[in-house]
Amino acid sequence: MSAEAAEQVPVLECRNLCISYYTRAGEIPAVVDFNLKLMPGEAHGIVGESGCGKSTVALAIMQYMGRNGAIVGGEILFEGRDMRQMSEEELRQIRGSRIAMVYQEPMASLNPSMTIGDQLAEVPIYHDGLSEREALARAEEMLAKVRLPDPKRILASYPHQISGGQQQRVVIAMALLSNPKLLLLDEPTTALDVTVEAGIVELINEIAEEFGTSMIYISHNLGLILETCDRLTVMYSGEAVEVGDIHDVFDEMRHPYTRGLFGSIPLPGADKNAHPLVAIPGQLPLPHERPRGCNFGPRCTFFRTGVCDAGPLPMHAVPGDADHRVRCERFEEIDWNRDLPKGEAKPPVEPGDVVLSVEDMTKHYLIEEGGLFVVGGSERVVKANEKLSFTAREAETVAIVGESGCGKSTFAKVLMGLEDATDGKVMLGNVELGGLPVQRRNAETISKLQMVFQNPFDTLNPSHSVGSQIARVIRKFGVASKDEEVEAIVHRLLDTVKLPRDFARRKPRQLSGGQKQRVGIARAFAGNPKVVIADEPVSALDVSVQAAVTELLMDIQRQNRTTMLFISHDLSVVRYLADRVVVMYLGRIMEQGTTEDIFAPPYHPYTEALLAAVPIADTRIEKRHIVLKGEIPSPTNPPKGCPFSTRCPYMMPGTCDAELPPLRDFGEGHRILCHLDPAELTAMEPVIKPKSEAAERL
Amino acid sequence: MAVTEIQSGPSLLDRLSRPKPVIALALLLWLPLTAYVMFGHRLGSGAQNVLLPAIPATVLLYVLGVRAFRESRVAVIGLTLVFFWLLMAVSAPYLPLMDPNKPIAPFTTPFTERGDLFFWLGTDFKGRDMLSRMIWGCQRVLVWGVTATMVAYVVGAMFGLISGYLAGWWDEIISFVANVLLSFPVMVLFIVILNYLGPSGFNIVVAVTFASAPAIMRIVRGLALDIKTRDYVYAAQTRGEHPLYIMIFELLPNVRGPIIVDACLRLGYTTVAITTLTFLGLGLQPPDPDWGLMIRESARTAMLWKFSYMLLVPALAVSSLILGFNLLADGLREMSLRD
Ligand code: SF4
Ligand code: SF4
Repeated sequence: MSAEAAEQVPVLECRNLCISYYTRAGEIPAVVDFNLKLMPGEAHGIVGESGCGKSTVALAIMQYMGRNGAIVGGEILFEGRDMRQMSEEELRQIRGSRIAMVYQEPMASLNPSMTIGDQLAEVPIYHDGLSEREALARAEEMLAKVRLPDPKRILASYPHQISGGQQQRVVIAMALLSNPKLLLLDEPTTALDVTVEAGIVELINEIAEEFGTSMIYISHNLGLILETCDRLTVMYSGEAVEVGDIHDVFDEMRHPYTRGLFGSIPLPGADKNAHPLVAIPGQLPLPHERPRGCNFGPRCTFFRTGVCDAGPLPMHAVPGDADHRVRCERFEEIDWNRDLPKGEAKPPVEPGDVVLSVEDMTKHYLIEEGGLFVVGGSERVVKANEKLSFTAREAETVAIVGESGCGKSTFAKVLMGLEDATDGKVMLGNVELGGLPVQRRNAETISKLQMVFQNPFDTLNPSHSVGSQIARVIRKFGVASKDEEVEAIVHRLLDTVKLPRDFARRKPRQLSGGQKQRVGIARAFAGNPKVVIADEPVSALDVSVQAAVTELLMDIQRQNRTTMLFISHDLSVVRYLADRVVVMYLGRIMEQGTTEDIFAPPYHPYTEALLAAVPIADTRIEKRHIVLKGEIPSPTNPPKGCPFSTRCPYMMPGTCDAELPPLRDFGEGHRILCHLDPAELTAMEPVIKPKSEAAERL
Repeated sequence: MAVTEIQSGPSLLDRLSRPKPVIALALLLWLPLTAYVMFGHRLGSGAQNVLLPAIPATVLLYVLGVRAFRESRVAVIGLTLVFFWLLMAVSAPYLPLMDPNKPIAPFTTPFTERGDLFFWLGTDFKGRDMLSRMIWGCQRVLVWGVTATMVAYVVGAMFGLISGYLAGWWDEIISFVANVLLSFPVMVLFIVILNYLGPSGFNIVVAVTFASAPAIMRIVRGLALDIKTRDYVYAAQTRGEHPLYIMIFELLPNVRGPIIVDACLRLGYTTVAITTLTFLGLGLQPPDPDWGLMIRESARTAMLWKFSYMLLVPALAVSSLILGFNLLADGLREMSLRD
């Protein structure tokens, strides 16, 4: 491939690109010495954590630097011509027709007050001078190409009338209409549910094949990059640290940061007891506090004074690989064949008695339609939770898995006493919680059931110090009341979550996301809870910080023998840390069982699709290809019969869309809600398998 | 960068910039001034010394303010204007001024000498010294304006929190009343209330509260609606906190920021309103000096071009104070947008 590629002109080339922002504190280098060569038809991934500069690169390519950003060095060549020398008019032409960008938020690219048809038709009218009729026809054709059902209806709709996944498809269609040479995708699926994401990823791959468009795919998710790209740049703190062919980087990474990243994400085979995750110590440096020499130095286990902190580091070519380069001074001295550093194995914890048992818990909302003064407005029932039944034992981790609208947050609200259950029972020990709102619960019951929240930026009140927020919980739950005692407990809790004691006096804005999340954990454990609900506690954190927070949470759980309900949509994390799994869809439990049962056949068709949808950053794994059609129906208007019947590949017309499926029991608590015959369910093939020709490249 | 060079351990000013000393200084300035203006006649002979501690407090607060706002030139100018009048208000009794209520030499134009007295700003139609009246006059505008605004804020914020956080019927009722009040033109509302209650400083507070609280309530309600969806509020609810606790400790501190900017603007409106009301004869009553009163009393006489200074002096004084509040608000907003 390389001999042939050498003759072609790269679609895009960045040479020694340096980008800075100017703020009150002075010039902040956002990206330093960035190089990239993108050949026609190639897909190049850029991965990195927040603040690494990956989005800045995309904005620089689009030349959307804003008022306080500027390219301070290097050049960007588009088809061999330097974009910095082009006139405004030329740039505008190129941006509209040769380079297109898809952002994380589809609504950022759509005009809410115009129909989708009008917005799409504008592109061919403006670029190719088509008449409106022809342009609309072209738009309709393109909507069909991005696999949108019923393109006619969508052409006539406004953006807010279609779902997020559909909006993103429309944005991609809009980008493709001008037949661009280069498509920039900046986290295009981050805001979407996993099964919807899988559809978009499939579409992106089809585009690459069908249109031969070159792509730059920016993501924080290594698994997604593996599924979409040919080459990959790993960025850290404003610099590319490793560039290469995707298989070279995934299988023979040569930079300690890349290696650290892989060690901190749960791949199949990771296990919370035998192979715990290894977090990268420390945190990302702020742009104006970057160290001398290697930016990764303070967090790197291979750091050597005098070598790594001598001065700016160049990229070195890795011998033996085609165009594989790393920014590490010691990569040839490090013994890469030694296994990834392993976390300490911990003995498995024996679960105890049942602590929490949920029996047929049902929560319905009444929505009144019509305003306050309208008499006789019709009422509608939203079945947020339908007959949930499961149990959780002491020291056990039960994962509740599902996408938006599955009812997991409603369930958490009922458990926490913010909503009453409509029917059924929720027993914590021998206290019934379903009909007991939080105001009527005593301090003991409340302190036994606590929650860790998802968003680190919201979990702490920005106006109060960290210490006072933990102290409030301690007092409220009657753990202690004297000032000295409370302070001692606050300090002990900060120790437990591995934060320095003087953080007690800090305000939340002085903490990083990971540190805030640790405080959130300390707060949840202040009253010695029996059950902790963790609502996606790490999904908003950077990858390298996620592992540390996950491990911390599990260590505390292990010590206190706490029961944890872990709400998540990420099956990789779930497989890593859960003992048992409950899969929910549109308010119902579709399948539950031990983690091994869930990840092996028999599967519920929805679980099967979920498993196939989660991107896995491991080249040795082969996944079956299942992509669900359509979108998740709204919980206000669920399908009749099986809730999954609108999207299920096994759907049996006449049965599935008419009657509620029976619960099939496969023993040991493994239950599946489906009309399919148990024999058929058992005959399903595993979704994730090790690749048969594992040694293909080595 | 430059900031780090200067700093060498917390200086005295740094330590004074913390919330507690600032609040203490503000009280030291505000309580004597309020007492002096509202209850001065009851303080008897002690009244003379009440304002003494307020003078250093004012100067210190000004210095701290300039330090805190140094990034915004607009805010510093606004602060300077406001603090100039505050300083005048607290030091008026100790300045070598003529008695503001004593008729001396009627119709003396500015910068003229009569006998052994020099009149910088002239005298009014009764012969009272304009300079003295202008400086004394700022006391009442400041005290009543700020008091009225504060009361309006307390009431508005309280209803806003209740309506935003508790929602449901509370919200329906409070919002309905607020909308009714908001549908009256502000001046009409003032005139109706003051006509009914009779003109006095305290009734101005009531009138301003009725006129301003609904708008404040709406702002706070909007902020509360947003903040109550945050996880830390959810956390407080799940720990079984009383709604009152959540409103005061979880919501209120976080609506503070946007409200302070609005409060500065509103101080400006209130100053205008009080001056206007006094001018209409519905506000503060003679004979004590007050800017609105000065304009009212000299309105006739000042028709003659020669005596227009009688109007211009109080008018410029009012404008400078309002400008000060508005610039301060602008500067604060600018700074809050920057971070
Ligand atoms: S240069 Fe040194 S500090 Fe940086 S990644 Fe390589 S070994 Fe680690
Ligand atoms: S009941 Fe039918 S539609 Fe539902 S999951 Fe089973 S096969 Fe699919």
